[in-house]
Amino acid sequence: MLLETAARDKAPARPRHPRKPLTSEQAERIRKIRRSGAYILLIISSAVFLLPFLWMLTTSLKSDEANLAFPPQWLPDSWHFENYVKGWTGSLPFTRFLMNTILITALSMAGNLISCILPAYAFARLRARAAGFMFAALLATMMIPREITLVPKFIMFSKLGWVDTYLPLVVPEFFGVALYIFLLRQFFTTIPQELIDAARIDGASELRILWSVMLPLAKPAIAAICLFSFVGNWNQYLENSIYLRSMEKITLAQGLGMFSGQYVTQYNQMMAVALLSMLPILVIFFLAQKTFIRGVTLTGIAGR
Amino acid sequence: MTAVSVRSTLARREARRFHLFVSPWLVGFVLFSAGPIVAAVVLSFMEWNLLQSPRWVGFANYVRMVNDPEFWESIENTVQFGVGAVALGVTFTFALALLLNQPLRFQGLFRTVMYLPSVVSGLATALLWLNILHPDYGLINKMLASVGIQGPGWLASQEWAIPGLVLMSVWGAGNTIVIYLAGLQGIPKTLYEAAEIDGAGWWRRFWSVTVPMMSPVIFFNVVTGFIAALQSYVLILVMTEGGPGNATMVLGLYIYRHAFVYFDMGYAATLSWAMFVLVIVVTAIQFSLARRWVHYEFK
Repeated sequence: MLLETAARDKAPARPRHPRKPLTSEQAERIRKIRRSGAYILLIISSAVFLLPFLWMLTTSLKSDEANLAFPPQWLPDSWHFENYVKGWTGSLPFTRFLMNTILITALSMAGNLISCILPAYAFARLRARAAGFMFAALLATMMIPREITLVPKFIMFSKLGWVDTYLPLVVPEFFGVALYIFLLRQFFTTIPQELIDAARIDGASELRILWSVMLPLAKPAIAAICLFSFVGNWNQYLENSIYLRSMEKITLAQGLGMFSGQYVTQYNQMMAVALLSMLPILVIFFLAQKTFIRGVTLTGIAGR
Repeated sequence: MTAVSVRSTLARREARRFHLFVSPWLVGFVLFSAGPIVAAVVLSFMEWNLLQSPRWVGFANYVRMVNDPEFWESIENTVQFGVGAVALGVTFTFALALLLNQPLRFQGLFRTVMYLPSVVSGLATALLWLNILHPDYGLINKMLASVGIQGPGWLASQEWAIPGLVLMSVWGAGNTIVIYLAGLQGIPKTLYEAAEIDGAGWWRRFWSVTVPMMSPVIFFNVVTGFIAALQSYVLILVMTEGGPGNATMVLGLYIYRHAFVYFDMGYAATLSWAMFVLVIVVTAIQFSLARRWVHYEFK
């Protein structure tokens, strides 16, 4: 709010009596000044959001001494690209971590898609006596804190002997995620019933309708779910660190966590590896930005 | 066959299909949500370190919790972090959304930049902010030093650790901006035109049109922001492990510590119910306050 106020304050003393018409020149000047005020504020706030990334980049390229120097060097005097190689191939096998992360993320995404589309379609389009009750249960699970199920699930999986395997991370992903089902269901309900009826009259089976009518129309929602699932699994740290123990099995996020403990002052290598680890997300974000934002908007609207 | 029985056969077939389609989620619901929730209730009445067999202790865990000063400290820290993150996050992002909603060029670019941090959330963010908040070598204190101000110790200081974490959370609040923007774009232009004809200046239009029309969206962001903040501890776990002292020991972290460091499963389950109650209480307070300030078009 402060910013908004400030933006408009840049305008010169505005007329006290708004009904008195301004000359078009005056109005134009006010508009111009306001617009440049808004630009200045937008640029400043963008800089605030970007600065940490730039800091990350320059830190990753500086020498150890330069990072600890005072007065601070904003730009490296010599560029140390070898920090990336050293960090990645140092004492921790990051390539291995990367492969593990890709495997878990791919399996989880596949599981999420398979297990969310069918229930979402059922909740949106099929009638049954228990449907209302089940939908309420679905919504309830979205409101229960994750911590409540965390401990019993850990006990269950450790009794099954699943600790230090990928099973506790991947298997539950094949049994539906409440938020994604809800999102997709909201989207399915907006598809006109006539389309479905027409397909049914043509003799299409339920699966056929889902595949040929609903899914093509629900592409934006499905893309959003894919992105959420990708980012969520890629960044997953808590459950990974609870279940995965051995060095050959852990993921990038865990590797980064260890890295922070090992080299407290080697910020350059730490930042280099952290940047590399977020690279896939950055690339995907820039490619699919619209989908991301539409997805968030959908969640917001659905949640309201 | 009569019409009625045809219809009921069809309805039965549809219901069967519903159950078939919904079954992946239903199985998951029983195994990974409902079952564990029931187990968490039972566990909270037990003492169990996973090595020995579980022992029924009645309400002992609850009594212990109420008398546990560290537990109350963690509640205090959680609420402090929640209030800070929501108060700063919700107002700051609202201001940004208002700016982003102006008909200007390059808005897509600005929006991308402000949304970006929320996408990369995760361990990389934690490492980055450990670096940014470093008392001696961090970005913020170096900037302050260059204008002659000695910055605080941030994560190394009892008083400044939570404010530091709040800053980090505001940086990653891009989702809120997006939801605000969607709300702003949904305000009918005619309202502004009518206000302008009535001679309302921008300030008046802001307070009498934008704020009331946006209040349900602000409310949504406050409620969901609080719920998220009360439960966030993963980055804190990596960054401070609850320190210095217990300054950043939030409830989620306290649960984590009892479950996965002390393997005190019963007490951890008890604490997780406290988390549930905390979320419910804070949300209920939000809803009761909402009547005073949230404006709904259609009551």
